[in-house]
Amino acid sequence: MSTRRVVITGTGVVSAIGTDTGSFWESIIRGRSGIGPFSSVDPDKIRFKNGAEVRNFYPEDHFHGKELDMMDRFSQFALVAAKEAVHQSGVEFDDEKGSSSAVICGTSIGGVIAQETAYSDLYRENKSRVHPLSIPKTMPNSASSIISMHFGITGPVYTVSTACASSNHAIGNAFWLIRNGICERAIAGGSETPFTYTFLKSWEALRVVAQDTCRPFSMNRQGMILGEGGAMIVLESLESAKDRGAEILGEIIGFGMSSDASHITKPDQAGAERAMKMAMKDAKVLFSDVDYINTHGTGTPVNDKMETAAIKNIFGSHAKNLSVSSTKSMHGHLLGGTSAVEAVATIMALRNDILPPTANYEIPDPECDLDVVTNISRYEKLTYALSNSFAFGGLNAVLAFRKWEGK
Amino acid sequence: MDMTSVVFDKIKDILVLKKGIPAGSIHLESSFEELGMDSLDAVELLADLEDAFSVDIPNSELQHFKTIQQAVNGIEEAISK
Repeated sequence: MSTRRVVITGTGVVSAIGTDTGSFWESIIRGRSGIGPFSSVDPDKIRFKNGAEVRNFYPEDHFHGKELDMMDRFSQFALVAAKEAVHQSGVEFDDEKGSSSAVICGTSIGGVIAQETAYSDLYRENKSRVHPLSIPKTMPNSASSIISMHFGITGPVYTVSTACASSNHAIGNAFWLIRNGICERAIAGGSETPFTYTFLKSWEALRVVAQDTCRPFSMNRQGMILGEGGAMIVLESLESAKDRGAEILGEIIGFGMSSDASHITKPDQAGAERAMKMAMKDAKVLFSDVDYINTHGTGTPVNDKMETAAIKNIFGSHAKNLSVSSTKSMHGHLLGGTSAVEAVATIMALRNDILPPTANYEIPDPECDLDVVTNISRYEKLTYALSNSFAFGGLNAVLAFRKWEGK
Repeated sequence: MDMTSVVFDKIKDILVLKKGIPAGSIHLESSFEELGMDSLDAVELLADLEDAFSVDIPNSELQHFKTIQQAVNGIEEAISK
């Protein structure tokens, strides 16, 4: 029995380097970073000062009245990205399409801004009640539900929360649902809005956030930089896309998952290797076929060294032939939303034969000696790519993509 | 009591109480690894020491925070600033 193929027909992005796919991709190929001093939270009592905030995003431009009231910022990002992706795909949802579609979103903390507002109201302002919609705005499934409601999607709808791997898990799940014939199409991705005082102080306490910027694989890297935003992709069966005459942007061909079962924050090389191997096996692609890996590449001393070692170990002699980069250097680490943004970057890379750069790279690190695309994007014929995510809690999820070449 | 002893005793108290490390195994020359501490344990110890001595230790110092002696040195230096 032949396996159903799953293709991508729409992408949508809201990020620090662009509030739609076009401007996002333009920033990527120009190596333009969106990292700078954050302003949505008072930086005075926070030891790090930089982040990748979404600028020039005005909710009232996108939503009105009731819809606006119901959504915390992470849901707003998710819906805007979903709308762009669906518009590009050309899918028009009716009852039949709604029931044969899925929505799966990733997020690590959901509506944290609404949550923090509620805490502030009670503990600081001594109010006797919080906003009546605090629960619907805070709940991590809000984005998935809002997208489902907006488009009338009545098939499988849920949210996945696996820290930094959330969106890869979400997209991977959607891919498998379609491949296994559970549904015909899906909107999948994720979003995150980490800029609240408590959340930033929590990250400060863990001491993994850089004081300057995000420099993945560079010898002088100091850590990660938090970012906000979201991305969604429309996935559908190849038959469905062809029947509609849809323009196909790329193909998703494999999904791998693993758990380190090791440490609650420190990544484990063996776990990362298992996830990449599983994605390759699921994709039925040879290791020697992979051209590009969009790495997890957080810019922490530990992750980048581990990820390099894992890639070298499983790809063997081919490791020196493939190229890697970390787009977190430009859009920041969106936590539960990051791998959705990275999926779009990877799909666009394959589509355009352009390797995204790793911005802010300064000094080679002998322990990160893969072919890191540094600072400037590069033209290269690309066919297969992986997108890695290795999350806190030791949860790993890897997606495999193929360039769409017409059949 | 000299500052080194004060800081060392505080480190010992924290590790015994919070991490259950036997007091007899904690020496100035002990490495965190020898004491069975990982990177998260080191971050937690640093936070407790910052609170105890009202100092701020920047992230860049973490890489030098691998032994009890280094921890004592780091705190003493921060106190003297």
